[in-house]
Amino acid sequence: MEIMYLLVPLSVVLVFVIGVVFWMSVRGGQFDDLEGPAYRVLMDDDRPAREPTPDGLKDPGEESSQR
Amino acid sequence: MSTQSTYNYKVVRQFSVMTVIWGIVGMLVGVIIAAQLVWPQLNVMEWLSYGRLRPLHTNAVIFAFGGCALFATSYYVVQRTCHVRLFSDALAAFTFWGWQLIIVLAAVTLPLGFTSGKEYAELEWPIDILITLVWVAYAINFFGTIAKRKTPHIYVANWFFGAFILTVALLHLVNSAEIPVSLTKSYSAYAGVQDAMVQWWYGHNAVGFFLTAGFLGMMYYFVPKQAERPVYSYRLSVVHFWALIFTYMWAGPHHLHYTALPDWTQSVGMLFSLILLAPSWGGMINGIMTLSGAWHKLRTDPILKFLITSLSFYGMSTFEGPMMSIKTVNALSHYTDWTVGHVHSGALGWVAMISIGSIYYLIPRLFGQKEMYSIKLITMHFWIATIGVVLYIAAMWISGVMQGLMWRATNPDGTLTYSFVESVKATYPFYSIRLLGGIMFLVGMLLMLYNVLKTIAGKKAYDAPVLAPMAAQAA
Repeated sequence: MEIMYLLVPLSVVLVFVIGVVFWMSVRGGQFDDLEGPAYRVLMDDDRPAREPTPDGLKDPGEESSQR
Repeated sequence: MSTQSTYNYKVVRQFSVMTVIWGIVGMLVGVIIAAQLVWPQLNVMEWLSYGRLRPLHTNAVIFAFGGCALFATSYYVVQRTCHVRLFSDALAAFTFWGWQLIIVLAAVTLPLGFTSGKEYAELEWPIDILITLVWVAYAINFFGTIAKRKTPHIYVANWFFGAFILTVALLHLVNSAEIPVSLTKSYSAYAGVQDAMVQWWYGHNAVGFFLTAGFLGMMYYFVPKQAERPVYSYRLSVVHFWALIFTYMWAGPHHLHYTALPDWTQSVGMLFSLILLAPSWGGMINGIMTLSGAWHKLRTDPILKFLITSLSFYGMSTFEGPMMSIKTVNALSHYTDWTVGHVHSGALGWVAMISIGSIYYLIPRLFGQKEMYSIKLITMHFWIATIGVVLYIAAMWISGVMQGLMWRATNPDGTLTYSFVESVKATYPFYSIRLLGGIMFLVGMLLMLYNVLKTIAGKKAYDAPVLAPMAAQAA
């Protein structure tokens, strides 16, 4: 099973690399706040913007909302 | 706060629409080969024979349907959560057209019989090189966008997408190492059991990173967004990510139980497969519990139905998988239809349903609409698809266990109780039920196409302005 001489070291190197990335991201403060990011994703309003019209704000998708 | 610049929605639109188209194509081929198993006389020409259409089906649903869904959602999520436009529009266009070219080349070469013979990596070497180029462009574009992000934190979905992109690159390069002998034929750089080991090291990690990590990225963005609730535990999602990628790499050998592969390698594969149950269920619970306090939304929102049902199937198949990797269970299940049922519980139940839910979320937003043309049609799609999946996997479970029991049954004198063809005959009714389940799933996709076309017909493409992150976030 010579292929193990490729695959096993590859996996070990990979685990080491993942470990380094983990360590760096912890040190870099990526995981200092483990509550806020979940809420911030929700604060990003990705519904299509309202377009101002003469009679006030109108949703561009209004006509389809009747269905 | 906002500048005049917009997000690159164009590439997301292109990939989203093609997800639906390729989904229909891939599932149609699946229905055809399921029919061929019921009526073998449907193998009319060599180009349309089971042996050539089956790899076309797997490539079309995994890489065309699943791939387009992953491109669309990852490009959308990375822009929205990083609050910047994509790193490069040119690279985005290149990944779209390059990926479509690869799919078309696959649809031409596989029926013509050009294949490298490696499961889920059948495409010949010139296409392999093209895949590499597109993937490098994808990686540059994705990580380039992460690099110029306006928020210090990288949202967990992007971690999953990033791991998926990097790992698939590595898997593709190692597994597709081949020696070309002509433009249309190459031979693997590995031989015999070595090749089998590389094949399933690739094959199972493709399941783990292409069909799981990428779609978990989708889950961690679209489930909270559609439910309008923060993910149940952000802490758990981070643990889920690191636990999954630390432990995934060595599950592959469970595809080669009781073969020429050394026994210890098989046992290592089984052990890691069992370990994987923990992070998988952690993630599944995290996704489903996001709805805690908002369960009533499931009653009225069919998109949420798709997303949450997909997580139930994810939980089911990630329990079933480790169980099937136990060698004594595998002795019964290996080479039977149980495996086919397991794969489709993951592929239709988890991968397809989370993609369908995400695309229903995206389409109105990409065309300046509030919602899809018809919510009723989404509900109908959901029920048809769910019943289809259940019919499919239940038929394959019964037929698989029956096959396993018939093959191993012996008479008191030690001879086999059943000949192989008797087990084939016994599976016929289940092949018909499976075909019915597949047709139902395909019909659901056709409803989706109609709904999508009605939603976007006559509507202008919409590009949302880049929003500055909230004050607290930029700090």
